This record gives sequence, structure tokens and C-alpha cells, in this order.
Amino acid sequence: MEGNSIIELRNVNFFYGKTRALTDITMDFSKNRVTALIGPSGCGKSTLLRLLNRMNDLIDGTRVEGEIIFEGINIYKPDVDPVDVRRKIGMVFQKPNPFPKSIFSNIAYAPRLAGITKRSDLEFLVEESLKQAVLWDEVRDILGKSAMTLSGGQQQRLCIARALAMKPDVILMDEPTSALDPISTAKIEELIDELRRNYTIIIVTHNMQQAARVSSKTGFFYLGKLIEYNATEKIFTNPDVKQTEDYITGRFG
Amino acid sequence: MQAALTTSMKFRYFKQHVFFAVVRLSALLIALALGGLIAYIVANGISAISCDFLTLPPTDSMTKGGIMPAILGTLYLTIGSIAVALPLGVVSAIYLTEYAKQGKFVRLIRIGINCLAGVPSVVFGLFGLGFFVVFLHFGSCILSGALTLGILVLPTIIGASEEALKAVPQTFREASLALGVSKWETIYKIVLPNALPGILTGSILGIGRAAGETAPIMFTAAAFFTAKLPSSVFDEVMALPYHVYVLATAGTHIDQTRSIQYGTVLVLVGLVLGVDLIAIVIRSYVRKKKRW
Amino acid sequence: MAEKKHTSTHYEKELRDIKECLIYLGALVEKAIELATEALVDRNTELAHKVICDDNTIDQLDVEIEEKCIRILALRQPTARDLRYITTAIKINGHLERIGDMAANIAEKAILLSEESPMKPYIDIPRMAEIARGMIKESLDALVNEDTDLARKVRMEDETIDNLNEQVFRELLTFMLEDPKKIHRALIIMQISKSLERISDHAVGIADMVMYMVTGKIVRHEPS
Repeated sequence: MEGNSIIELRNVNFFYGKTRALTDITMDFSKNRVTALIGPSGCGKSTLLRLLNRMNDLIDGTRVEGEIIFEGINIYKPDVDPVDVRRKIGMVFQKPNPFPKSIFSNIAYAPRLAGITKRSDLEFLVEESLKQAVLWDEVRDILGKSAMTLSGGQQQRLCIARALAMKPDVILMDEPTSALDPISTAKIEELIDELRRNYTIIIVTHNMQQAARVSSKTGFFYLGKLIEYNATEKIFTNPDVKQTEDYITGRFG
Repeated sequence: MQAALTTSMKFRYFKQHVFFAVVRLSALLIALALGGLIAYIVANGISAISCDFLTLPPTDSMTKGGIMPAILGTLYLTIGSIAVALPLGVVSAIYLTEYAKQGKFVRLIRIGINCLAGVPSVVFGLFGLGFFVVFLHFGSCILSGALTLGILVLPTIIGASEEALKAVPQTFREASLALGVSKWETIYKIVLPNALPGILTGSILGIGRAAGETAPIMFTAAAFFTAKLPSSVFDEVMALPYHVYVLATAGTHIDQTRSIQYGTVLVLVGLVLGVDLIAIVIRSYVRKKKRW
Repeated sequence: MAEKKHTSTHYEKELRDIKECLIYLGALVEKAIELATEALVDRNTELAHKVICDDNTIDQLDVEIEEKCIRILALRQPTARDLRYITTAIKINGHLERIGDMAANIAEKAILLSEESPMKPYIDIPRMAEIARGMIKESLDALVNEDTDLARKVRMEDETIDNLNEQVFRELLTFMLEDPKKIHRALIIMQISKSLERISDHAVGIADMVMYMVTGKIVRHEPS
């Protein structure tokens, strides 16, 4: 049942200036699985997610201790270029954030900069990515239109397609449906289920039912610590740790 | 109790009315001042405006003829200052907002820029004279004037550019970076195109202001009178604001040239408003297109 | 149930309400068993009729509790401990309702027996009834206190009842062999004994659900 792990965290600590945001996190993310990270606001789950593709580098005064090993290499080694890491580990954000460009350009943008310049190659890639994100049928005739004209749910699927176009191994999702209505949310969840076959997905969510629905493993974070990391079914029927149970049953604070 | 309450309510309404009246009055005063100024200039200057006035050089010790060299000179100086200040200002703004670590050093630079913005324009003129004209041996010419004006508007352009860059949503940068696009490519491909209209608007407004400055150019570029048009950046030029200054204070026929003075002022005001109009058009066009 | 309360006080109240209803239902069925046994021993048909009639109240409460549980499942989507608690409540509710039916059965049999002459004084049947009632009470106490030790004890006690039941069977069998005229009455008493044995099985069922609720493990098919 258990897949091979693709990302391994070893005793990871993370600091914003002097504040410690994550304490001694050791966990593995399984390949081709959906892993959910849950916990109350400020528990460090989003911080952890952003550590995995070095997005926290963008914030001044942060510091990482420990090792984050992706495909055998510690991505925080000094000779690792974060740009390379981010090509392999894509990210989808909380609010849909398409560029104010056409639908086509949104998806072709990064591959083009990565060296794919032949028009036919780009067209194929755009179509493939949109099909994977189950958006192709809705936008095939309006590829030249601004992405800003799409609905919120479509925009988010476009953002997923945009990430897929770089052919990453891992997709990080930071509360990808928190700005969407229930139907759009259901579509994204359905999509996550599809993508699981070819990608490793790590999703941060505040919606516990969502974590229960989409993930096979769930990690519960509290105050920067990984309290429990277990099979999702176990977490939601009979968690090992009392704190986890209090949180998921709504007995918190 | 009830009575006391209504009295206090009445008093509050009264205060509100007084306050609104004061606000309305001040807005009205500003509009009146501007309207009066323009009306006065138009009333006095419109008679001087003609096709010849705009296309001929001055004649008869500047008591007759047109102001064409001064219009051209002002245009050259303005375009020159844009060419100097825009790239420099935008690059500085990119450094300050996108690259520099936000700390003491950056704060120091910002304070410096703000101070520069507060320096009187005549100081820039003297600096231009000392540095460009004398020290670098450029002499009094378009180049010196454009450089001096460029430094004058630099703080405005940096400020406008910084604001425009900051107005580009952080999510765009994150989205691009998360796709494995480098920082420079992100700035070049995503941030700058989205900030450009804002940068242009702010910069043009700043430059429009500079076009009307007299002090920075009178030691560095402006000529009392030139018979021929400039042939290189190392030539002196006439300029509208300086022309007005000369006619109104230094000429021998001050009263005779009154209408030419007002005509020149009208052209200058028209030019500045025209430049501002371009900025306003760009801004409204972008606002309509912007959807984030 | 827990030292920590729900953020939603309504939800907390709903959960507590279900528990209170279950305890009330438990008290009703305990009483029903007690009265049915009394009616049997005292040959009191009036009391027996009352027990049969009161089963309606038990049935109503059963429906009410089940609806409350379904409502919480639908509206609150309980997880973990709450999920186990609600599923436990639904099953315990079913067990108690069945016990109520058994008690009514015993009362019906008591009426039948009262129409015939007494065969022998009842000794083992009231004992069985007493133990079964104790088991119900203990299993519900285990629910309230989340006490797995008590639940385990209930599972053990089932054996005593099973033994008594067999003893009653053997005894009645000798009566029937001795005198065929007693067969009818003996069969009825056998059914009563069987009902009491089933009641104790339901009490064990309740205890098993308490074990599940507390530990998350389904122990129903494991030997005690």
C-alpha cells in the first residue's frame, strides 16, 4: 500500500527572524499520493508547504535548519538553485492568481521561458495541460481571451493547468478551494483525485472534510509542531493523539 | 432627558452642516483660483496667438515675431530630461522595491530621495551650472539643461515607479516564481509590463511640472535669444519659461511685449496641460483594462 | 464525555441530549424487565398489561433518538470520537429497543401463565432478570463514564446468564418428561428464559459498542 517517499523532511526547524515557526519536523511524503496538512491558523502548515519549493526564500530574515530531501538531494544545500526546485515542485495558491494575459499565454508563459519556443510544441502543451486540468472543453475556443474573464473556479483550474505545464513531480496546493463556491470546490477535488495518478500532491486545507475526502495521509500541525501524521481514515475515525481528536471534532480553543 | 437629547442632536446636525459648508467652500475656492488664473491668461494671451506666433522666431529685439525656438527648446529639454530620468528612475525603483533588503540602508536612500524632492529648483540650477556646465565642460547647452531637469524630476519618477511596482499584486510575483521562473524574468515579464502604465503616468506628470521650471535651465541651457535653431545637444536653446522671464524682467520694452508674454505663458500652460492630459488618458485607459 | 467542550455549544448540547435520552431509555427498559418479572412471579395480569402498553413509549423514544442521531450525521458531519459516539448511540438505541420488546414478550407470557395453575415457584428466572438488568445498567454506566473495564465486566457476566439458561432448560426438560401436562407451561417458561438470555446478549452488544467508542476497535466477534 505504502508508496515510496518522494520528499523527506529530517528534523526541520524554521525561523522568521527570531520567531520559531516550525519545530523539529520529520516526515515523509509518499509518491503519487495526496497528503493533507491540517491545523488551526498559524500552526505552520502553510509555512511548511512553502518550504518545500523554497518560496520562503522570498521573505527576508528567514532561516532553515535540518534537511528537506527531494529525490535524494537536500534542496537547501547552497549549490541548489531554487528555480530548479520550483520547476519540479509546482504550486497552486489560495486565491486564483492568473496573470493578466490570455489563457494561452498564462500556460505557455513558463514553458516558453524554460526554452520551449516552437509554436506547435507550445500549442500541444497548452492543450495537454488544460485537458489534464479538465478545463479544455470550457476554454478551447477562447484561448486568446484574457484569463481574467474566467470564473473563480475556472481561474483556479487554469492555475493548476499552468503548474502542470511545467511537468512537475509534486504539486503543492495552499488552500486551493478556500475562495471557491462548493461546485467549483467539488470540481477541484475531483481533479485532485485524477491528478493523483501521475503527481504527488500535498494540500494545505482548513476544510477538514476536504482533507478527509481527497487525501490518503493527513498531518495535523499545532503551534509549529507535527502532532500526528497518520492515514487519513485513521485520523478521522480514531486518531492516536488527543489533540488531533479535539481539533478535528471541533473541540478547540 | 428627551429634550436634552434632541438639542444635542440638533447641535450635531448644525456642526455637520458647518463642516460640510467649509469643505465645499475650500473646494470651490481652489476651482475658482485655477479657473481665474486660466481665464486671466487666456484673456490676456489669446490675442497674441496666431499661426506666425507659433512658427516664427522672434524679431525686432523680441518685440515682434513668434516664439517657435522657445517651444522647440522646451520640447527638446523635456524629451531630454525624460531620456535621462526615466531609465535611471525606473531602474532605481526596481532596485528599491524588488531587490534591496528592506533595512537601514534602503531607508537612508529613501530619505535622500525625499530630501532631493524638497530641494528648491534654483539649487538644481546652480548644481547643474557647477557640475555639468563648468566641471564637465558641457557649457550651457541642451545636454546640461536636460541632465539638470532630469535630476530635478528623478525623485518624482522614482516615487511614481515605486508606487506602480508596489501596486502589482504580490500574487503575480509568487505565481511566476513558483513556476520556476527566475526573479529577473519575473520582473521583466510580469511586474514591469503591469507597472508600466503607472510608471508612465506618474513620470509624465512629474515631467510636465519640470517643463515649466525656469531656475534649473537659466544657468544651464537657456539662451536669451538665438537666431538659429540648435543643431546638436551642445547648443544653447531658448525655452518658454525663460523667454517669459526675460521678456517680463530683462527686456527694454517690457510694456510693449505684454501680449507676447501672455501669449507665451498661454502656450506654456497649454503645453503642460497637454502633457498632463496624455497622462490622464493613459491612466483611465489602464484603469478600464485592469481587472485584478 | 470529555474535559474539552465543543466550540459549538449547540452541537455539544445535541450530543449530550442524545446521551440523556439513551440513559432514560435504559431506565425505561430496566423498569420494564423488572415489572414483567414481577407480573410473572405475582401472576399479576394488570401489571403485565401495563408493561405491554408501556412498550409504545419505548418505541417512540427509540424513533426519536434515531432521528436525532441521523440529524447530527447529516448536519454536523461528526468525525473521530464524535463519529464513534454517534454510531455507538444508534446501535445502543437499537439494542435497548429490542430489550424493550423482550420485556413486553415476557409480560405476554406472564399473562398466558397466569391463566394456568402454577407449576413451581420461580427461582432462577428472577435471578436471571436481576443479572440482566444489572448488565444493562452497567453497560450504560460504562457508556457514561467511558469505562472499558466495566464494559469488559458486562461481557463476562453473559456467561452466568448462559449457564442459568441452560440450567433452566435442563430443569424444565425433566418436568416435561415427568408430566406431559406440564409441557405447555414449561415451553412458555423456556421462552421467557430464552428472552432473558437474549436481553443479556443485547447488554453485551451495548458493552461492545462502548468498547468501540472508547478504543476505536470493533470487539464484537472477539472472545471475552
